[in-house]
Amino acid sequence: MPVTEGPQQNTQPAATPTVNGVPACHHCGLPCDTTDVEFEGKHFCCNGCKAVYELLTSRDLCAYYDLNETPGATIREDDEAATIKWGFLDHDDVKAKLLEFSDGGISKATFTVPHMHCASCIYILEELSRLHAGVVNSRVNFLRKQVTVTWRDADISLRGVVQLLSSIGYEPRIQLEAIDRKEHKSEARKLLIQLGIAGFAFGNIMLMSFPEYLTFGGRVEPFLANAFGYLNMLLALPVVFYSANGYLSRAWKGLRAKTVNLDVPISLGVLALFLRSSYEVIFNAGSGYFDSLAGLVFLLLVGRYIQERTYAALSFDRDYRSYFPLAVMRRDGHGDEQSIPVTEINVGDRIVVRKGELIPADSILIEGDGDIDYSFVTGESDPVRKESGDVIYAGGRQTSSRLEMEVIEEVSRSYLVRLWNQDAANTGPASRFNTLTEKISGWFTGAVLAIATIAALFWVPSGVGHAIYVFTAVLIVACPCALALATPFTLGTAMRILGGSRVYLKRASVVETLARITHVVFDKTGTLTETGGGVAGYQGEELNEVEQTWVRSLVYHSTHPISMKVNAFLHNRPAMKMDEVHEVEGKGLHGRIAGYEIKLGSAEWVGVDLDNTPDDAAEHVILKPRPFAAEEDPAHPVGDSASRTFFSADGEQIPSSLQNDAPGNLHSNNTATPRNQAWVSIDGQVKGVFTVQSRFRPGMDSLLNTLAKRIKLSLLSGDNDRERHHLAQLFPDGADLRFQQEPFAKRDRVRELQESGEHVLMVGDGLNDAGALDAADIGLVVSQDVTGFSPACDALMDQDALRNLDKYIEFSRASTKVIIAAFVISFAYNLTGLGFAVAGMLSPLVSAIIMPISSISVIVFTTLLTQFHAARIGVRR
Amino acid sequence: MSVILVLLGAGLVVALVFLGLFIWAVNSGQYDDPVTPGWRIILDDMKKKNSKDTGKHLSREDNDVP
Repeated sequence: MPVTEGPQQNTQPAATPTVNGVPACHHCGLPCDTTDVEFEGKHFCCNGCKAVYELLTSRDLCAYYDLNETPGATIREDDEAATIKWGFLDHDDVKAKLLEFSDGGISKATFTVPHMHCASCIYILEELSRLHAGVVNSRVNFLRKQVTVTWRDADISLRGVVQLLSSIGYEPRIQLEAIDRKEHKSEARKLLIQLGIAGFAFGNIMLMSFPEYLTFGGRVEPFLANAFGYLNMLLALPVVFYSANGYLSRAWKGLRAKTVNLDVPISLGVLALFLRSSYEVIFNAGSGYFDSLAGLVFLLLVGRYIQERTYAALSFDRDYRSYFPLAVMRRDGHGDEQSIPVTEINVGDRIVVRKGELIPADSILIEGDGDIDYSFVTGESDPVRKESGDVIYAGGRQTSSRLEMEVIEEVSRSYLVRLWNQDAANTGPASRFNTLTEKISGWFTGAVLAIATIAALFWVPSGVGHAIYVFTAVLIVACPCALALATPFTLGTAMRILGGSRVYLKRASVVETLARITHVVFDKTGTLTETGGGVAGYQGEELNEVEQTWVRSLVYHSTHPISMKVNAFLHNRPAMKMDEVHEVEGKGLHGRIAGYEIKLGSAEWVGVDLDNTPDDAAEHVILKPRPFAAEEDPAHPVGDSASRTFFSADGEQIPSSLQNDAPGNLHSNNTATPRNQAWVSIDGQVKGVFTVQSRFRPGMDSLLNTLAKRIKLSLLSGDNDRERHHLAQLFPDGADLRFQQEPFAKRDRVRELQESGEHVLMVGDGLNDAGALDAADIGLVVSQDVTGFSPACDALMDQDALRNLDKYIEFSRASTKVIIAAFVISFAYNLTGLGFAVAGMLSPLVSAIIMPISSISVIVFTTLLTQFHAARIGVRR
Repeated sequence: MSVILVLLGAGLVVALVFLGLFIWAVNSGQYDDPVTPGWRIILDDMKKKNSKDTGKHLSREDNDVP
């Protein structure tokens, strides 16, 4: 299976799969630690998952669970929320943008479904008609993660189809902006047809050239030779003018821009071959080199096809519009809420933003308490507190309660959009097109032309005709087919191998650039630290088992981000029924159980005298969370309470790819701010404090150490410098660590490094890195969901692949060496051929032998050697 | 020797037919998705087996959810 993600790797092939000893949900594979719904002997993590299971079994679609274990997506929304959410799909202009076809009775649309990942997904998505009678037909394109649905308008609406998909866990990602998919499709098809025509001509021309080969220079019967010659010429016409069209036009464009790219010598060779061969056929001077011509073009196109196969399901050039939500809830004068497309928001509108949703436009907060997570926009890891009357900028994500606000700026003029547009306008000088092959092709073309001219001048005394003959022969032989093949085959292979380990490159040439990187710049939040991976730790007087149970019971029903972390931290304790629970917005929770009063919340509210609390504990930030071991109970504090030992729980091993867009997807937090702390008191006696703090991705220290041996490192963080101390330990000595960097400062720093001669690789994740990613030689985005939103970049990487970044760089260096080795081989062939050509002895037969041998040996050599290096370095997963 | 030309013509015509078929296949989208159709074959078997096992097909009226 090309794409496997999620829990399958964790689950044991047993009757009831488990995750860390907890039964895994039969539908989605998450551990059933907070809720465990049993149904027909199967475990489910929530009622949503159970509902999908019931629905599918009632429709005889159980094969869904046979094809793959726990294939489903966690159902997160209740039905009501989903119904409101998709209301904007009833708008006519939204429909017009989404529908591919509609005749009033039958409609058709294609949806991108990010969750699609296995055979089960294909199965269920192609059986939609059995889930709803209105669906006529549904077809999956797995590589693009798309499903095309046809339905009867009388039975189901567009909104109905989307809700149907969401209800079984395949929520489509809807984008209204016209995507250039169609253009890409026709490009790929054109290349295939060019390839087909070249192959067709190659085969037939070879066939008709055989008599020539077999007579070894003797004459074929003149009448036949003539017929063969003209037929070959006819067959070669579409090869030159259709199949090789791309090379000719790119060479021409390059020359007009005063650069000599590799297409120039190729075009010279192709044209020389064609003109010389046509001359020979028309004037009866020989049989020409049409076979070499067609073979050359065919192999070149094969190389191109291999190199151009990019990742159809991924998008490397997103703009701000795909980051924003499509719809918002607008509240009209009567208090009715209605879902409208985001483009229809006007200044003065009242909008409603619920927990986990994005703020679509700059607004003033009217009602509710905002805990806005701007980590993706600014890199700041702590949610920002906003109270009524505050201005909230677009792009943040609300992490706590529901907000009502008044729009003060249209979407297209918000702070975030302006930031983006400025970046786009200030794109720096493009230094990245300066690749190795392009440098070589420049002097190569010069050398070939020089040799051809000298040889021709040398032969002028024996006749101008012979001189022209030698001149064209040199151009033909020197046509750098092996050279032109070495790069695409090596880079294409390298790109595929990297794709296999979840590193996706925008273009194959990124491999070459990666090999020359001298400086790696890291972002902190979301790049070095885990996205949404904050872990709670406890500090203070040890809580006994009963007290832990009480705290767990208290936080169990709260959806506040900190409560959820504390809940996860204490997941080994049962949640009991509280006698009384109150949540005080912005302060904390208090409740009663067994006659005790438990309070959890801000220091002030719980009644902590901060001055008497040793705050040096806040410095004890853990860099490497202790790995979770089954026999170790993470809920038990390590060390005695007197020493106030800090400990962490790492029991949550849910693959974060399952947590996409989870409500309260909050960013990493830190110790020193009270906003990430929750103090706990029992019956008025303060016990200690729970702290949520960021966690570094595993393997970062070894990665940074290995990288530092050959490459300079630096850090550009948008966050404050509370973690400077720990990052300084993580980074090797002398690394440049900068904090509180604005997006523009990041970009300018990258430019500064480039001006001082560095080749910069920027590793980032969020919008605050967009400028730096764009300016850097390579912008690499680390993402927990590569099909999800990410800023424009040159390469996308799954978050788990980041720890192997050093290997990928080493592999790209090895690949570049493969290309150089292939160049040497190809020059050897060229020199041999040149020997024949300069001596004026290049017969079609010699050409027909040298050309394929050199090309094919270069192809085999580069492909095998690249594979060998991948295995040696250990790039493959 | 003219028979060679006839054969040659016939051979070219056959090759052209295949080239035409190839171009048609590309344009009709058969090369756009090289992965899903392979799995579809396996899944089709599964669907048949399922309906045989349970011996029932849902009629259109049964479907009202969700």
